[in-house]
Amino acid sequence: MPREGILVNKPLERISSEQVQQIHEASIQILKDPGLLSFNRRAAEIFHGHGAEVTDVSGDGSPCWLVKIPEKLVADALASTPKTVKLGARNPENTLVMKGDEPRVFFITGSETNIWLDVDFPTYVSKSDASKEIKVPEFHQRRGMVADLCDSAHVCEHLETVDGYIRTVNIQDKDINEDNKDVNKFFASLNNTTKHVMSGLTNLKQLDNVVKMAELIAGGRDKLKENPIISFITCLVKSPLQFVDDTTETFMEVCQRGLPIVVSSSPQAGTSAPIKEAGIMAQINAEVIAGITLGQLVNKGTPVLYGSVPVMARMDTLGDSYGSVETSQYNIDCVQMARFYKIPNYSTSGVCDPKIPGQQSSIERLFSNIVVALSGPQFLHCAFGLLDCNSIFCLLQAVLDDAHFKRIKFFLNSPRINEPELTGIQQQIREVVATPQKMFIRHIRPVMRSGEISAPYPFEGDGSSDNVFALAYERLQELLAKPVEHIDEAATSKIFQEIPGLLPRLNVYREGR
Amino acid sequence: MTEEIISLIRENVVQGRVTRDDEGMDEGMVGQPGVTELIEEALASGMGLSDIISKGLTEGMTIVGQKFEAEEYFIPDMLASAEAVGAAMEMLEPHLTRSGIKSKGKIVVATVKGDLHDIGKNIVTILLRGAGYIVKDLGNDIEPQAIVEAVREEKPEFLGLSALLTSTMVNMGDTIKALTESGLRDEVKIIIGGAPVSEEFAGSIGADGYGADGFQALAVVESLSSGTAGSK
Repeated sequence: MPREGILVNKPLERISSEQVQQIHEASIQILKDPGLLSFNRRAAEIFHGHGAEVTDVSGDGSPCWLVKIPEKLVADALASTPKTVKLGARNPENTLVMKGDEPRVFFITGSETNIWLDVDFPTYVSKSDASKEIKVPEFHQRRGMVADLCDSAHVCEHLETVDGYIRTVNIQDKDINEDNKDVNKFFASLNNTTKHVMSGLTNLKQLDNVVKMAELIAGGRDKLKENPIISFITCLVKSPLQFVDDTTETFMEVCQRGLPIVVSSSPQAGTSAPIKEAGIMAQINAEVIAGITLGQLVNKGTPVLYGSVPVMARMDTLGDSYGSVETSQYNIDCVQMARFYKIPNYSTSGVCDPKIPGQQSSIERLFSNIVVALSGPQFLHCAFGLLDCNSIFCLLQAVLDDAHFKRIKFFLNSPRINEPELTGIQQQIREVVATPQKMFIRHIRPVMRSGEISAPYPFEGDGSSDNVFALAYERLQELLAKPVEHIDEAATSKIFQEIPGLLPRLNVYREGR
Repeated sequence: MTEEIISLIRENVVQGRVTRDDEGMDEGMVGQPGVTELIEEALASGMGLSDIISKGLTEGMTIVGQKFEAEEYFIPDMLASAEAVGAAMEMLEPHLTRSGIKSKGKIVVATVKGDLHDIGKNIVTILLRGAGYIVKDLGNDIEPQAIVEAVREEKPEFLGLSALLTSTMVNMGDTIKALTESGLRDEVKIIIGGAPVSEEFAGSIGADGYGADGFQALAVVESLSSGTAGSK
């Protein structure tokens, strides 16, 4: 049985079906005029070969083509794009089945940060009264390492609300380079979680090694097709409306291999996209459906997710403001656009602006996590553990997020109101009002153990002091102490024999490790 | 036979089943006799009251307390068990009086004048009954003079006063004044509780104790009763 996710009963819709249609039509017009610039020759040739108007606009030695995509090409591609995408997992019970027209939400980690945030709790003693001590969380930044990636996958394996895993940290060990980064980040992730693993690719030359590794784990090429334990994400479109050379090449290569991939675009309203909602929506939708069209032209029927990471610009610095209210509005609009095409949506929530966990982080992430989850995206990159606009990863924050998501998931449960329930309740009320105390307490008991009552916040203190961080830290240590089901010894041995560049210290079966 | 009924009473206290219609904790218990039916059976067969109380009810509540400590049981489970014991004690009360066995003590409880909120008082009532006290619940919105009359008539060891509103908590003080004026203040220990009151407020109006919640109220009564229980 695959993971259930949470089916949103009545998904939140910000825009009307008429507005959805208007955005679609505006996007189609944008793809026709002005079209997109392609810095990738092969993509331009593929579009040209399928009837798009392609003009060489190279200049200053930088090859570039203007691609004007006709409506029919887009319509055919949207029709051939799979409406259900399966993301497999080492443990088949962690498989994710995403249907484009079903608002079933799966909560997934992300993105790749350079900075890892450690926390400790030094004790401070009062100057005026030495008997008074307090423990204050202190956060320390450092560059992310492969051991951190293992820990992060390990913890996410045990976080109940995490349905799938996007590598959270960029591995920057001294023995990691462009040529071995991909195999090590995929192996470190796959070896420490039995959930689905998604990642971007640093070096296209490593794609076949990564796929080969996945085949060895899944049990062969056909088994990997049946159970795609890995998937990819590419930002092939740079806003506004430009196919980037290397990521477009990576995208096409993944599509050729038929593995699931996210077509992601991340325009910033105000700088790389119009600041008005209608403008950024028409543009991001054009960028994503252009990418989807390219994927279908490369390999008809290849599974893709409609990836949307729109963001508002800060007015003070013109940097990203993921914590802004508008960012959530754009994301919900994108969820609706993807549902209009019946293509599963990769959406974004929970990204916050501050660099450390705290009140601002909680407010910003909770707001967007709630409202975007309500709209029913299938693949919700909900920024587990991420801070500073996805530049910093903190495991403590991931544990705090898990508690947030338990509440959100509970809230998204369907209402339990029906005729038999109401008939039973009438009898219960009749009985209780006839008693001297008129209390319903005894009727709590069966409900309490059936999962119908939400759990209290797990990190609540005594009411007069706030111990949230300390309690979450205790929970984190418990999770790290739990065992992880690694890839078995035989497969590990084969992987280390056949895949070049893997760091020997990642082999958990190596003697003297 | 005796052992079997006592064991069933104990088990049904642990299950929190007052009557045969109650579900309890385990599956398939509906239809089997609950605590009240079993007490009836025990009384009909002439079983000793002290065995019913100590080996059935009290031991059952001890197990419930252990389960609560182990976080296997939650407050609704405790209250269900306490309610079962309370119902049993109500049935046993006339028999106890006849056989000259003293109860743990009598408590009059009331929500004071002007206040209709009684959830807290009702929870305290269930817990006290479950602990073996005889509780006379006067209800809510009770005039000071009505409380004075109840104390005069019932001669309880304890009086529990409850209020939820800042505007009605002052009526707790008025009630204590009325008891003082009637000469009954020293005849009864007074414990107060409710969201707006505090230990400090209890002291300021001349109450003997304060319970922040039902469990604390019971603990205060137990602690004060060490010198007064069964004295009347």
